[in-house]
Amino acid sequence: MNADHPRGIGDNVSLARRAYNIRRKALRMGEVQGQGYIGQALGVADVLAASYFHTMSYRSDDPEWEGRDRFLLSIGHYAIALYAVLMEAGILPEDELETYGMDDSRMPMSGMASYTPGMEITGGSLGQGLGIAVGMAMGLKRKASDAFVYNLMSDGELDEGSTWEAAMAGAHHGLDNLVCLVDFNNQQADGRSTEMSALEPLPEKWQAFGWHCQRVDGNDLDAVTAAFDAARALKEPRPRCIVFDTKMCKGVPFLEARDKNHFVRVEADEWEKALAELDERAPA
Amino acid sequence: MTANSMARKYEPRQVLRRADGQKLTTSAMIASLEAEGYESVRAPFGNALVDLAKTNDKVVGITADLSKYTDLHVFAEAMPDRFYQMGMAEQVMLSAAAGLAREGFMPFATTYAVFASRRAYDFIAMAIAEENLPVRIVCALPGLTTGYGPSHQATEDLAIFRGLPNMTIVDPCDADDVMGMVPALAAHDGPTYSRLPRGNVPKVLTKHKPDYRFELGKAQTIREGRDVLVISTGFMTMRALDAAVKLEAENVDVGVLHVPTIKPLDVETIAAEAAKGGRLVVTAENHTVVGGLGEAVAAALLTRGIAPTFRMIGLPDEFLEAGALPTLHDMYGISVDKVAERIKAWL
Repeated sequence: MNADHPRGIGDNVSLARRAYNIRRKALRMGEVQGQGYIGQALGVADVLAASYFHTMSYRSDDPEWEGRDRFLLSIGHYAIALYAVLMEAGILPEDELETYGMDDSRMPMSGMASYTPGMEITGGSLGQGLGIAVGMAMGLKRKASDAFVYNLMSDGELDEGSTWEAAMAGAHHGLDNLVCLVDFNNQQADGRSTEMSALEPLPEKWQAFGWHCQRVDGNDLDAVTAAFDAARALKEPRPRCIVFDTKMCKGVPFLEARDKNHFVRVEADEWEKALAELDERAPA
Repeated sequence: MTANSMARKYEPRQVLRRADGQKLTTSAMIASLEAEGYESVRAPFGNALVDLAKTNDKVVGITADLSKYTDLHVFAEAMPDRFYQMGMAEQVMLSAAAGLAREGFMPFATTYAVFASRRAYDFIAMAIAEENLPVRIVCALPGLTTGYGPSHQATEDLAIFRGLPNMTIVDPCDADDVMGMVPALAAHDGPTYSRLPRGNVPKVLTKHKPDYRFELGKAQTIREGRDVLVISTGFMTMRALDAAVKLEAENVDVGVLHVPTIKPLDVETIAAEAAKGGRLVVTAENHTVVGGLGEAVAAALLTRGIAPTFRMIGLPDEFLEAGALPTLHDMYGISVDKVAERIKAWL
């Protein structure tokens, strides 16, 4: 691992605590706006904690440092989750948290590269991140860089044909510096992702496309970090995919029970309750 | 001309021949746009790109199964380690071009104009243009340069890309323009979309104006004329120049202002030329009359209070027919004869 890895700022902080901190920041941003893709943020928090505090190299005070691992948020609407982890990682100042989604904020509702330090691409038009990641991985190889590209996408993006164009291209070009992270919460705008298109059997699809693919419980930090380690350590000239089965609203039980919706509605008087339920379960 | 229709497909046909007995065969997609009376240059884009890449190590080539038909194969053969084949997949081809640009490279990305403008538009808009990345999109078969029908005829690409912020758009006329355009694009910041004449490409502009040199963003007078000013882009400048020679014999003096850069438009030069005393102003483009050069010029002139007699030559707002290019160019009024006829009729 690179000496510039920022884990030094948090070696005494457990990943579980990082994930809790990410969830808490996301909930506070949701409270500020009275809305947000909070279900996704709570669900993916463990994957983000493992990405930023176990796996990736980066410099908090130099988000464009050439040697960094690249993290692409293909799912622009997960911005609330990425802002939370960027604050936790010291890339965004936490004292701007309450500007989330406000006019002139550096944290718009959908993630954009031109607004936010640490936001590598403008996501949101779903199905674009993996293709950009393919190009960046090719570019890094041209530069003989040992940095990795991580592309976080949703299960809904698996519906997009461009995802599979990128999958074939990534395999064709032997991109062993590319890791695709699929947040499989089985929820997209019109309903269950598995009821929208024939996604399964998913790991077998990626494997058939020439990728190394693992599938783990995305809310089990030990399983998540082990998958990240295996993806990075693999000595095969092909790209890697990790499918994370996650639970929408993870960590806030009364919202978990509400996970039937892509856009989880939280009433004005419920944010305090959500924070309280999260805090009750705060790890050390 | 008879518009194609579902009913017409049940009408029996026979072989049509030109007056000289030649059969009217469809021009292949790989056809060059050679023209009578001009010498031609083979693959000016591919060769100019190789020359550029020798001095600029950031340049890479990327395509979606169309290197041969965009002249990028010349680059691929000369510099195979700087060439990326993405398969027949325009969306990932242009997304990956964005990714390469993010990592500091300057990708020249090629496909057909229809596929870039229609299939990959969202990827160009969000991954490239919104991020203002230096991707050079270079597309063959612009406008009506194939007889294969609407699947391959990019008649509305300029309109599509004109609406896209940050995008610089070039519609080169000939080999002189293409060879001048390649280094000019490399020196430019931000994304670009260029149409591409490929194969054996005529040298037109320097024949009419020996000191002509392509300049990005500049309209240039190629020929002076007292009666008519044609403001043209792409190969329609060749048509305008040839029509001007034809009309000269009929004592009609036609000037030609060549506008290879569609966006940003050189409105200062266009307005100054159009304001020069009492000439009929005609725009000419190898593109639908909706949203292309003609409308852009009209808006530029009107907002400056310049109101000459104004006509537009371009393709109709229709899906065009399949067939032989000379037939189609006559049918849609963009052959030399038709351009000359129409100008004369408007005087």
